[in-house]
Amino acid sequence: MARSIRIGNAQGFWGDSVDAPARLLQQQPDLDYLTLDYLAEVSLSILARQQSRDAHLGYARDFLAVVAQVIPLWKSGHQTRIVCNAGGLNPLACAEACAALLREAGVDKRIGVVTGDDVLAKLKGDGSCPNFSNWETGAPVSTVLDSLVTANAYIGAAPVAEALGQGADLVVTGRVADPSLAVGIAQHEFGWASNDYHRLAAATIGGHLLECGTQVCGGISTGWLDLADPAQMGFPVIELGEDGGLVVTKPANTGGAVTEWTVKEQLLYEIGDPKNYLSPDCRVDFTTLTVEDQGNDRVAVSGAAGSAPTETYKVSATHRDGYWAHGTLTIFGRDAVAKAQRCGEIIFERLRQAGYDYPRKNIECLGSNAIAPGVLPPRDSGEIVLRVSVAHEDKEAVERFAKEIAPLVTSGPQGTTGYAGGRPRATPVFGYWPCLIKRDRVTVKVNVL
Amino acid sequence: MKLYEMANARSGDKGRGANIGVLAHSDKDYHFLVEHLTAARVQDYFAAMNPGDVVRYELPNLNALNFVLPTILDGGGSRSLRVDAQGKALGQVLLEMEM
Repeated sequence: MARSIRIGNAQGFWGDSVDAPARLLQQQPDLDYLTLDYLAEVSLSILARQQSRDAHLGYARDFLAVVAQVIPLWKSGHQTRIVCNAGGLNPLACAEACAALLREAGVDKRIGVVTGDDVLAKLKGDGSCPNFSNWETGAPVSTVLDSLVTANAYIGAAPVAEALGQGADLVVTGRVADPSLAVGIAQHEFGWASNDYHRLAAATIGGHLLECGTQVCGGISTGWLDLADPAQMGFPVIELGEDGGLVVTKPANTGGAVTEWTVKEQLLYEIGDPKNYLSPDCRVDFTTLTVEDQGNDRVAVSGAAGSAPTETYKVSATHRDGYWAHGTLTIFGRDAVAKAQRCGEIIFERLRQAGYDYPRKNIECLGSNAIAPGVLPPRDSGEIVLRVSVAHEDKEAVERFAKEIAPLVTSGPQGTTGYAGGRPRATPVFGYWPCLIKRDRVTVKVNVL
Repeated sequence: MKLYEMANARSGDKGRGANIGVLAHSDKDYHFLVEHLTAARVQDYFAAMNPGDVVRYELPNLNALNFVLPTILDGGGSRSLRVDAQGKALGQVLLEMEM
């Protein structure tokens, strides 16, 4: 039987349960590796704001609370190594903050730091490069050059494997592609060659299933309401074999479920062409996969077919795009939908009279099938949450909008309530700019502290 | 009969667009959906939300179809004003389709 390792995930996004990592280690003490995913497209622009205020920031500070909770477990003998992308825009500062916590606690662990994914200077320095054009719209990067905030290449598994090979117990990266955290672990453990595409594909599938935490354990599933003990929903664990064998499971005595259905749903999460799933490590064909429910929250996934990756890395860049605000009011009673819609129109009419117009604005009567406007038939309801939104490049215009919601508390229909949240805040909008970069223009570095 | 009775679904954002995975409950349901849940039908269903040119991919190994709706998110998850800016609810919306 091929040797296998256990890799868990206890953080599907920045904002996921802070207690989950330490809890998963206690539930699954034989876990070899724990991966934590903190980065989505917009996370990096939020980190950029924090770093602009303090150059020592720019990483997911929540991770320090995780390390603080894991330290007593490491002291009591847990051996699990952690690989995470909490480094965000500043992996070195994140690693140094972790090192300080470990020193203070008297724990001797080595920290690997992966940098080089930040390619903002390259985009700014070469606004004419066709690869940097927005791949969705075709617009050249020169149109957003002055407002670019972040640009990070989705780098692959190799530096993670290298850091682990140098003895790191904790690896902190920036924008490593989500599944590549697990792939790097597998490459380190099994010594797979970088062109062993079928096995890299199996690990990529494992990483893809892990990366959103509880989503593969029943979270957001179609059958969610039937899940057992959802308050104690388990985080996922994969058993990955040297031969590429893959089983998805979760710790015993946790809630949720790992079934054929939760796994198949998560396989299709946020994918495009299933014959051509692109990661920095390989291309994966999902149409050759076999999913076998073995019962007891164990599902085997086999048959992953891999091939060579592309010559480029995907880059996720963000740019400033003005400000926005969203305000809500609750309208209860007869004809609530019509009353709520009229309230929204009154807000914009008053703003128009005050001299404000908005290039983008929206009225939603939540509770009336507003989630899919014009697709589902409007549903009558006696209880509506009115949600009004604007976007404008001028912050003052958005702040003026925010002041126009409360007056409806006394001038709106009977049954207007729920303004307890107060005046909405004008916050920056970040546009998303997906583009490509040639691999040889990205220099990835690994340091072990 | 609603799609809900013959399939599961899962949706999420992909830049300015979204994908909706549809997982048939049985081989029979899958073959029915391959024939009747076409890209054109899904594009027409979501027409009011500007889905763009919908592409359908088939995964017979999983009895699944994957739909990509390239412009349905009104500017994308980071800038759409809609409450469902990331298309998380689109799977549930599609499952309400009358088959």
